[in-house]
Amino acid sequence: MIDASVLERVLGSALRTGGEFAEVFAEDRRSSSALLDDGRVEELTSGRDRGAGIRVVVGDTTGFAHTADLTETGLLAAAEAAAAAARGGGGGVRTVALTRSASSRGYDIELAPTDVPKARKVALLTQADEIARSVDGAIRQVSVNYGDSLRKILVANSDGLFAEDETVRTFFAVSCVASGDTGMQTGRESIGHTIGFELFDRYDIDELARRAAGRAITKLAARPAPSGQMPVVIGSGGGGVLFHEACGHGLEADLVTKGASVFAGRVGQRVASAGVTVVDDGTMAREWGNIAIDDEGNPAQRNVLIEDGILTDYMWDQLRARKQGRASSGNGRRQSYQHLPMVRMTNTYLLAGTEEPEAIIASTDKGVYVKHLGGGQVNTATGDFVFGMTEAYLIENGEVTEPLREGNLIGNGPEVLQRIDALGNDFAMGPPGTCGKDGQGVPVGDGVPTLRVSSLTIGGTAA
Amino acid sequence: MSAANSGAPDEECSSLQRIAVEVADRAKSGEQVEAFVSRSTYTTVRAHGHDIESFTSATSAGIGVRVVHDHRQGFAWAGSLDPEVVADALREARDNAAFAEPDPWVGLAEPDGVAPVPFDAFDPAVAALPASRKIELALELERMVLAGDPRITGVRVASFSDSSGRFAVATSTGIAGSGRGAWCSMSALALATDGDETYTGAGSTVGFSPDQLDLAEAANDAVLRSTRLFGARPATSRRLAVLLEPRVASTIMGILGSTLTGDRVLKGRSPFADRVGESIATSALTLVDDPTDHRSYAADSFDGEGLACRRNPLVVDGVLQGFLYDSASGRRAGLPSTGSAVRGVSSTPSVGCQALSVSPGTGSFDDLLSTIDDGVYVQSMTGLHSGVNAVSGDISVGVEGLMIRNGAFAEPVREVTIASTLQRMLLDILAVGADVEWLPGGTGCPTLVIGDVALSGI
Repeated sequence: MIDASVLERVLGSALRTGGEFAEVFAEDRRSSSALLDDGRVEELTSGRDRGAGIRVVVGDTTGFAHTADLTETGLLAAAEAAAAAARGGGGGVRTVALTRSASSRGYDIELAPTDVPKARKVALLTQADEIARSVDGAIRQVSVNYGDSLRKILVANSDGLFAEDETVRTFFAVSCVASGDTGMQTGRESIGHTIGFELFDRYDIDELARRAAGRAITKLAARPAPSGQMPVVIGSGGGGVLFHEACGHGLEADLVTKGASVFAGRVGQRVASAGVTVVDDGTMAREWGNIAIDDEGNPAQRNVLIEDGILTDYMWDQLRARKQGRASSGNGRRQSYQHLPMVRMTNTYLLAGTEEPEAIIASTDKGVYVKHLGGGQVNTATGDFVFGMTEAYLIENGEVTEPLREGNLIGNGPEVLQRIDALGNDFAMGPPGTCGKDGQGVPVGDGVPTLRVSSLTIGGTAA
Repeated sequence: MSAANSGAPDEECSSLQRIAVEVADRAKSGEQVEAFVSRSTYTTVRAHGHDIESFTSATSAGIGVRVVHDHRQGFAWAGSLDPEVVADALREARDNAAFAEPDPWVGLAEPDGVAPVPFDAFDPAVAALPASRKIELALELERMVLAGDPRITGVRVASFSDSSGRFAVATSTGIAGSGRGAWCSMSALALATDGDETYTGAGSTVGFSPDQLDLAEAANDAVLRSTRLFGARPATSRRLAVLLEPRVASTIMGILGSTLTGDRVLKGRSPFADRVGESIATSALTLVDDPTDHRSYAADSFDGEGLACRRNPLVVDGVLQGFLYDSASGRRAGLPSTGSAVRGVSSTPSVGCQALSVSPGTGSFDDLLSTIDDGVYVQSMTGLHSGVNAVSGDISVGVEGLMIRNGAFAEPVREVTIASTLQRMLLDILAVGADVEWLPGGTGCPTLVIGDVALSGI
């Protein structure tokens, strides 16, 4: 994208006012999407965004500027603006020599979406629409989304790091509305991986459309969810967002070091039931949160956060790690070149246990079975978090019975982690997610085996 | 933003308008072309620990191009105004149009003769504010929060942000306009600790110019909200009344507004689709979407398609009046656009609320509080994206706040949810306050009391 010699001059210039660290992050992102709604392919969209963000660090202050102009003149202007924003005392000339590091994600993209004719992408939308509508006459509305992106990044910094990477992601989602005597209900299914158009060799679009329609139809017969506390069984693959919220955000070093996390100061302590091992793993091949390098140029890693119930470490980005005199854990990510990086998750998951999933349900007298979760939100300072149930059922006498209407569940992270009393042997990754933090969205994955929390508060309306 | 079809407000707007017109003029025979161009400069200063954590300053620009041909629509956008990139976007949009399926209602807006209400809140003082002053303000806000209460142990972030933006839209159907806007805002997230409990509280302030910023109000809000929750515990599950202060009530009104957009109504996604002329709320509720109300921070002269913004009553004395439309959804409904197209550079226009406001009722916040025997005052809600379904109307959100007993605040509460459906909540509105507050997002909303909501706790 940019010559090493240009980058060296830009970094040198960025440090001229006394900066201790400077970085150029350049990005060239092409995306395409297609939308079918109301029985009709409404629109194809193509997007192109290219530019560079430059940061200069002086003491605890970061100066940041970005530009869509990738010429040397444009980059020098941004470097000057970033340096002015973080003006230091010193000054003088510093020479930066870059060493290119190899990055690899260990697998190849089989079919680049840019090589696939638009007509083929559009045909998928129509196919999913027809299948979803054929499931039941009560399906009144269907929308189908296709999206792909090719993101090239380059990171060069004053420590001499010079890394580049290319990431391809492909996404597909079907959303249905069913209408009945009780009003309208919705069902949605999505797939997304850090791969190309071969996504559609790995998944059956018809099956996906049938599941989305089926979810909406099932909920037409749903009763209001209960209110109050009871045991909750979470289905395999359906509920990784529980850990993303219950402990993931609270283990991000930027929040921990600001005293805004209930998990601050608890490394080495028991924070979860025995058997609970939580991992954040950017190297997980082909998963939605997979990265070869993070957005600060550090290689992705597999980081064990909680091992057999004991808190082992937090997640780190470059700046926070530097201050602590340790290495980044490869969790410095940003939405785009227009954003500063911060500590973010990648693929966050809970390792499988040994129990049969059927046995977990059978041993639950009365409770809620959440087959599929929606998003969630956490206040890391209190640890209180919510997550939505988009497909859930009552458990009565050890059996899954009636479907429930949508709602949130609420719990406290440190308490819920200690209340996990059953772990299934059926681990699966869940659908693709977008994690939002301080206004920035990044792609993340999550996964869980079937598990049970002995007590959670169900945010329903029934007594 | 504001626009003027005749004469741009300044030279920068004119230059953007020339770019947009130049693209629209490239429409071939039988083709409609629209270009939406924007350029904005912003600054964000984040203070932490009596130091500046980050200072960001940048200008970004972009263009979105819509092409309609044979009733098929294609779109492309780019984050650059380089002539080559702009030409690429037009080419891509044209190519994309060929793959859409024809829709008789698709098409660009056409001039409709509705005169715009002039509005230009662009204050050059926003862009002219020196960097050193922005830094002082962010540090000052952090200091004020820290000094607000001995239990304030930190401020996760205290920030100053400003943005000065200009946009232009032009179509081959005869629309050409440009506008500009400038805002500044500050916010703080306080951390309060006592023993092993830590709570957060947010405060913010916004203005069309720096001198409208009220740091004391933002700091007080953050301090009060973070320090009054000590000892909070879940409450017992039951049905009770909820007291929603303006910023929380405005969120519920925003959900209602989203169900009253023409696109959702026409495509069978609104629970209120067939209810025009009927009572959907208690008679205390009157809701309008009115970007011509200049008290709103979202006030505007023109919508995203370049048509004049207008006052659209949605609910009057509880009776549903109608829905919002852009030109395509209006055409399909057999009605004119209500000037309700909202958009950014990277997406096509869609129907949306711009400046919702609830008409004031009677009574102050304290008056409303005094009417509640058993209730909960909601200070913040979480899980809106996961617990609100605007199609079914189901609402279930996590809340923090204070219990209300016999007309007065009682103990603090956390780790509970409140749930109902949007349809029921509107019919359960017990009181609308007189205290309309104009919020940062552009909504004007008073305090609301809603009865018979399910609280779920222990």
